Amino acid sequence: MSVARTPDGGRIDRSQVLRFRFDDSNLTGHPGDTLASALLANGIHLAGRSFKYHRPRGILAAGAEEPNALVTISRGGGRVTPNLRATQVELYEGLVATSQNHWPSLRYDAGAINDALPDGLLSAGFYYKTFMAPAGAWAGLYEPLIRRAAGLGEAPTQPDPDHYAHRYAFCDVLVVGAGAAGLAAALAAARAGRRVILADEQAELGGGLLAETALVDGIAAADWVAQTVAELSAAGVTLLPRAQAFGVYLQNFVGLAERVTDHQMVPHPKAPRERLWKVRAGQVVLATGAIEQPLVFPDNDRPGIMLAGAARSYALRWGVRPGTRAVVLAACDSGHAAAIDLAQAGVSIVAIVDPRADGDGAGAAASRAAGLTVRGPAVITGTSGRLRVNAVTVAPLRPDGGTGPAETLACDLVLMAGGFVPAVHLFSQARGTLRFDAERALYVPGDPVPGIHTAGACNGAFGIAAALADGFTAGAAAAGTVAAEPAPAVTGEIVPRGSWRGALPHGRDPRRVKAFVDFQNDVTARDIGLAVQEGFRSIEHVKRYTTTGMATDQGKTSNMNGLAIAAAALGRPVPEVGLTTFRPPYTPVTFGTLAGPSRGPLFDPVRETPAHAWAQAQGAVFEDVGAWKRARAFPHAGEDLHAAAARECRAVRDAAGLFDASTLGKIEVCGPDAATFLERLYTNSWASLAPGRCRYGLMLSEAGFVMDDGVVGRLAPDRFHVTTTTGGAARVLAHMEDYLQTEFTDLTVWLTSTTEQWAVIAVQGPRARDVLAPLVAGTDLSEAAMPHMSVRTCHVAGVPARLFRVSFTGELGFEVNVPAGHGLAVWEALHAAGQAFGLTPYGTDAMHVLRAEKGYVIVGQETDGTVTPDDLGLGRMIGRGKADFVGRRSLSRPDMLRPDRKQLVGLLTEDPHALLQEGAQVTAQATPVRGTAALGHVTSSYASPTLDRSIALALVANGRARMGKTLYVPMPGGAQAVTVVAPVFLDPGGSRLHG
Amino acid sequence: MVEHPEASLAQTAATLAAVHKQTTVAHAHSACRWVLRCAAAVTPELAPALGCPLPMTINTATTASERAALMLGPDEWLLLAPEAEGAALDTAFAETLSGYPHSLVDVAHRQEALVLEGPRAELVLNAGVPLDLDITAFQVGTATRTLFDKAEIVLWRTGADSFRIETARSLLPYLRAMLAEVLTELSAE
Repeated sequence: MSVARTPDGGRIDRSQVLRFRFDDSNLTGHPGDTLASALLANGIHLAGRSFKYHRPRGILAAGAEEPNALVTISRGGGRVTPNLRATQVELYEGLVATSQNHWPSLRYDAGAINDALPDGLLSAGFYYKTFMAPAGAWAGLYEPLIRRAAGLGEAPTQPDPDHYAHRYAFCDVLVVGAGAAGLAAALAAARAGRRVILADEQAELGGGLLAETALVDGIAAADWVAQTVAELSAAGVTLLPRAQAFGVYLQNFVGLAERVTDHQMVPHPKAPRERLWKVRAGQVVLATGAIEQPLVFPDNDRPGIMLAGAARSYALRWGVRPGTRAVVLAACDSGHAAAIDLAQAGVSIVAIVDPRADGDGAGAAASRAAGLTVRGPAVITGTSGRLRVNAVTVAPLRPDGGTGPAETLACDLVLMAGGFVPAVHLFSQARGTLRFDAERALYVPGDPVPGIHTAGACNGAFGIAAALADGFTAGAAAAGTVAAEPAPAVTGEIVPRGSWRGALPHGRDPRRVKAFVDFQNDVTARDIGLAVQEGFRSIEHVKRYTTTGMATDQGKTSNMNGLAIAAAALGRPVPEVGLTTFRPPYTPVTFGTLAGPSRGPLFDPVRETPAHAWAQAQGAVFEDVGAWKRARAFPHAGEDLHAAAARECRAVRDAAGLFDASTLGKIEVCGPDAATFLERLYTNSWASLAPGRCRYGLMLSEAGFVMDDGVVGRLAPDRFHVTTTTGGAARVLAHMEDYLQTEFTDLTVWLTSTTEQWAVIAVQGPRARDVLAPLVAGTDLSEAAMPHMSVRTCHVAGVPARLFRVSFTGELGFEVNVPAGHGLAVWEALHAAGQAFGLTPYGTDAMHVLRAEKGYVIVGQETDGTVTPDDLGLGRMIGRGKADFVGRRSLSRPDMLRPDRKQLVGLLTEDPHALLQEGAQVTAQATPVRGTAALGHVTSSYASPTLDRSIALALVANGRARMGKTLYVPMPGGAQAVTVVAPVFLDPGGSRLHG
Repeated sequence: MVEHPEASLAQTAATLAAVHKQTTVAHAHSACRWVLRCAAAVTPELAPALGCPLPMTINTATTASERAALMLGPDEWLLLAPEAEGAALDTAFAETLSGYPHSLVDVAHRQEALVLEGPRAELVLNAGVPLDLDITAFQVGTATRTLFDKAEIVLWRTGADSFRIETARSLLPYLRAMLAEVLTELSAE
């Protein structure tokens, strides 16, 4: 048996032995142990080194509030988790844990030199002071040093091989915490027939009742827990152990992080490691308990110094004697309860030291009755022992606050009972205000928050009897009823009473002692005093200056002491100094849990067009456009992307090209007022558009800037087929719906997204009609019958189609719309039919070049949200006779009419093969004087295979007045001289559109 | 947990629960689909053509002889029918609606559907659907537009343990993969 295990008792399975490893030691424990209880059972208190001073630190607590015992658990294969609290790590066979924050070893840590540095060198705000002087020392010296020293544990370097799950859940009543109050609340709600979820962060439901000698309802507290859990289970309550409620969000939306497999030796390979429960609860009962506070005295951080309640739990719940000779510093009667139970477990209680003037109450009486020595009022003024406490000095506390002569007591365990502080974190997250209970010096929930109930110790109702009664009341209230029966009777409990907030007097030179307030961030009482001395008045500032309460434990064991010390130094009452804000998460939550399944291929939907598989088989290179995959080019063997795009461009100009335009947004606008609706949303006129014809439409934002464009076809008097840009589809539909529902309620018109209904295949080039005609039935493709900008319903390759005669290349062109399920077949049929004519599939790279040669703009490339139709040279797109349209008023603002607005122009480089950078500035001088504003910028730039030279589009101030002028484009290799030309480089007359 | 390749539109939990003890996801048969937008008063006219009365309560569905109508908004219905009936229904709808202001848009190919069935269907869906799917809150015949994680879906409860999920064609692979992931995860329980 392990050295410190009690002969019997506790909720561990002594029949099974679990082997585990801690640093270099092979140790054993039992099922039911936490890593912390197993370490203590092996006589190990030293669990880590502190953050700043690298002081040896032991296990302080037994739960989520543990600040010291942070360990890294490694399961191999990338399964590494740093900074886990040993008090929450369940033991399993083969567990491998390592301590953190030391070099070369936990026992001999070079970083401990920090502890011996001269007074003040690493005190509060030391790093702020390193910003100040000497000049340059921050970047060159301090920052690298501090960065190397800072941080807790080491971030894993390999990808996390585990997977994580998400689940939404709903209930009438969510009870957070399954201690006495939570169990009682769940019982009351379940008995009222409500849907209940009961969540607790521990492996076993029961909370403090699992480490208790009192009787509940005449039976052992743990037996009452078992009986209650059985009833809840039978009533259909969802019981969630190992589930930490870490955040309470709007409208009773509560996040629970459930540890699903971390406690298992060999997890099911398909089981998620953790599951995020997103609970929407009608009512929430917070029964989150209270956290025992340490006491602030010199060298209060040595291994072997722990919270009294924690030590009691180790003895009663885990059958562990955390020491052999204990001194108990009891500012709360919980110290007496711990002393009595530890004595019962075989720990020798050297003395119970009670600093309170009024300490002689029920707790002290019980201790005396148990034959224990109680001293008081008295304090501990110092401790000794390098890796484990071996003695304390105890001195009487005089009525004037001074201390009397000290006496040294040998011991290997010191218990601190500083009094409990309600865990109001979640209540505070729920926007609950806190009320300061001056008599008990603690914050309790204040004004009620609708839908949120607090019960038990987190509500300030300390003790089992009070918690049970409070829990039944809260549970019944949450269920909308009144507690039907009285809470069960409790016998034999010592109710926690009393506290000491702030530093204890010690009578020693304050500059020579370290009395820790925040164990995880190594903040001492003196640091807080220093912050006040340097002028900080608000606890929010004191917190940030000293970092107290800013570690991963968010000050669970330090905030109240820190606040009390600051208040005392300021000579003001605690509420006036303020209280820092509680923010989610209550305890750290892994990124994996938050990400859930959204990673790798499931990170985001990948949208593929109907012809995607064909393109892939042809070796297409794809690009992401929003969530869509679009083929950039179809390189042949030995071709790079550039060569492929050039070949594809030439094919379109010389013969024909096939292009997948399925990702274009499509909206069917139907109803008797459809044309009126489009009149109001687009700049140009639609009433005059005959059925069977199309028009290019320009859509403005209210500010008058171009927001989207596309071809709109009129299929019938009351039916339009609207297309949008690929990236703008959702935005345009939302914009249209917004206007329809809020502004144009006089119109009878409906919008239906048809983006995915249609596969769109563009056939472009002088041979386009030749390719298409044999496959088309039901319409005549001739120039006379189907002119440029017309639309027909017909059949293509045997499939019903909407056929558009449109061009985004400047060539004769058609766009075949077929139901998406037929998209691949029609694409293949067109491709086959086109082979005789040199039909070549082309991608978006070629498409960009082809349209730029014609000066066709791309919204989002030539425009940036500050570009008007006139800036683009599209002033003719403004319907002169139109009464109004969205953005019209803005177009007449003086700034929109300035002659020096940036206008779309073409740029031709002096060197025809020099390629400008997109985004490069356009300037009047080759080497502009520093500070001179640019005239504009290059929006598009390509090597044009058709023109055998580079071309560029640019927005240039007063550009249309600069035709033929020379400007400059500064580039990394030197400025390029460019000539301003019209933004149409090929076929300005548009004759190619007609084949 | 297994995936079945095909399951028909009208198969309900009642018939399937006896067949499958497990929770399964299957690709639904191809179907005809229309988005109908019109004043609610017009819809009784359409019932004979559809062969099924249109629901008049938002977020409910009606079915009759393999056809279904889902009311998704105050003036919006999603109509479903077997693929073979598409052309005939198209004509019948057009005739019936010709005198009324309306919008009838064929979206047969816009969407795909999955059929999820089995005792854990609710649990599977709640991995990504942020709605209370308890049978008392989301009764048989409830149909609504919602999300499964990042995919917009129309969720229709066709039986106590069966759901039809309609989603955009391009989002189907994502949705299938997500559901497969959840089914895998639940198989470990």
